[in-house]
Amino acid sequence: MIRLHDVSKTYYPKGRSDGTSAVTALKHANLHVPKGEIHGVIGLSGAGKSTLIRCVNLLERPTTGSVTVDGQELTALSGAALNQARHRIGMIFQHFNLLTSRTVFANVALPLELMGMKRTEIRERVMPLLDLVGLADKADQYPAQLSGGQKQRVAIARALASRPKVLLCDEATSALDPHTTGSILELLRDINQRLGLTILLITHEMEVVKSICHRVSLISDGELVEEAEVGDFFTAPGTQLGRDFLNDFLELEPPQALIERLEETPSPTSHPVVRLAFSGDAVSTPLISRLARECGVDVSILQAKVESIQERTLGLMIAELMGPAEKTREALDYLESHDLQVEVLGHVQRDD
Amino acid sequence: MSSAMIELILEATLDTLYMVAVSGVISALVGIPLGVLLYVTRPRQILAEPVLNRVLGAITNIGRSIPFIILMVAIIPLTRMLVGSSIGTNAASVPLTIAAIPFVARLVEGALNEIPPGLVEAAQSMGATPWQIITKVLVPEARGGIFTALTVTAVTLVSYSAMAGAVGGGGLGDLGIRYGYNRFNPTIMLITVVILVVMVQGFQSLGDYLVRKSDHK
Repeated sequence: MIRLHDVSKTYYPKGRSDGTSAVTALKHANLHVPKGEIHGVIGLSGAGKSTLIRCVNLLERPTTGSVTVDGQELTALSGAALNQARHRIGMIFQHFNLLTSRTVFANVALPLELMGMKRTEIRERVMPLLDLVGLADKADQYPAQLSGGQKQRVAIARALASRPKVLLCDEATSALDPHTTGSILELLRDINQRLGLTILLITHEMEVVKSICHRVSLISDGELVEEAEVGDFFTAPGTQLGRDFLNDFLELEPPQALIERLEETPSPTSHPVVRLAFSGDAVSTPLISRLARECGVDVSILQAKVESIQERTLGLMIAELMGPAEKTREALDYLESHDLQVEVLGHVQRDD
Repeated sequence: MSSAMIELILEATLDTLYMVAVSGVISALVGIPLGVLLYVTRPRQILAEPVLNRVLGAITNIGRSIPFIILMVAIIPLTRMLVGSSIGTNAASVPLTIAAIPFVARLVEGALNEIPPGLVEAAQSMGATPWQIITKVLVPEARGGIFTALTVTAVTLVSYSAMAGAVGGGGLGDLGIRYGYNRFNPTIMLITVVILVVMVQGFQSLGDYLVRKSDHK
């Protein structure tokens, strides 16, 4: 439904196109979002998320590469044809961008007016949308009278008015409190399931990815560095940045006192400290006690957490493996052979 | 006070209102579109035309930098051409209009500049044409600011029109100079000033009302 092929975007500062101080916000991005999927792009601020999503409906025209939405190559279009194509792509924004001079009803009616639809048809189209987002009773109010969450609901109704095939969400929940975020995400998921709408969203919040996305891409410094199913991403991120995001999200870091004692290289008198992530069958297997029995090492659990990511369960643990060097080596092999993600964080000297 | 005097004052008041109304309406009709044009042709705006923008900006600045009293005299040939005379209320309305157009344009441009860029972006994402963005987003969203601009312009025109009176434009300024100053009649002087004050208050209140009505922020 959405396909970005080798899309780059370079900004040239005003009056200079010699490239001396050009900024490349997006580098050779390739992305494919199939119909009906919710795809998240996560990254830190300044990573190029906004540029990426703006390239999809050509609010930013890519410097190179092509963008195809619903079988139509947008990068080949301009003027009226591009405006026509944009009717089939809805977009919502972090700061809602509702017109203050228009009522809720008139805001939702705006895209239909732009398409030249008749007044009576507009009325028939707008009211069900306000019902859908639960704001039918607010039709005659002005945006200033609404809460942030209600404003975003109006913006969603507005984005859906032209019956788009694709919805772009630009940090749609970043200005909202956690509770409101939850209800907006609920609404987006509902729309995705009911209307089969393909959604591309950008965010810096793992919570958003966790609760509604099917797939996720990680963007860093203008490059898409990783792409995975959400369940896989949360159990085994493939990049350091992915792990950082996950650890920040899960708040699973070794205690500070331990970090200070960690050494990079093992010595005959040290124990490995490992971060274990297990999902699927591994969650229900009593691995720790088996480890003690079969490998003869003691396991000291420093931190542990069980998260439910969509339909999958994810267990995370930071543990110290205590025993002779050859035994702990054996234990690590045992863990790795049992479909676990094992990451050795470092080694600590024995206390004794 | 004689009834002739009262009639004179009444006539002068209507003359002033006439000049302000004519120049106000025409300068709004020209100045608002010019202000919009100044805004949308800016670099990175929806109809970016840097050269046109610079030319329009320069013309506007020239118009705004000429003192009104000089402008009035300088364009007498143009005034004669347009209204057939260089004295009277119609003649005074020509320099008033020309002085007010760039004034309105810059104020309108400023009002448009207050609109968050996200609103234009949202309209673009819906496939709005530049004309649709102007008529459905920019102008409605700036309505309050445009009313403020027109109020300031009307008030300025009241005082400019009094100046126009000094060179035979008619109106309250003319009355104040000829009867109040030249014939040293402090009552007439006081009355003209009071009427001008009331007029300005009236325009301001009307403007404030319109701004309040159009503001839903």
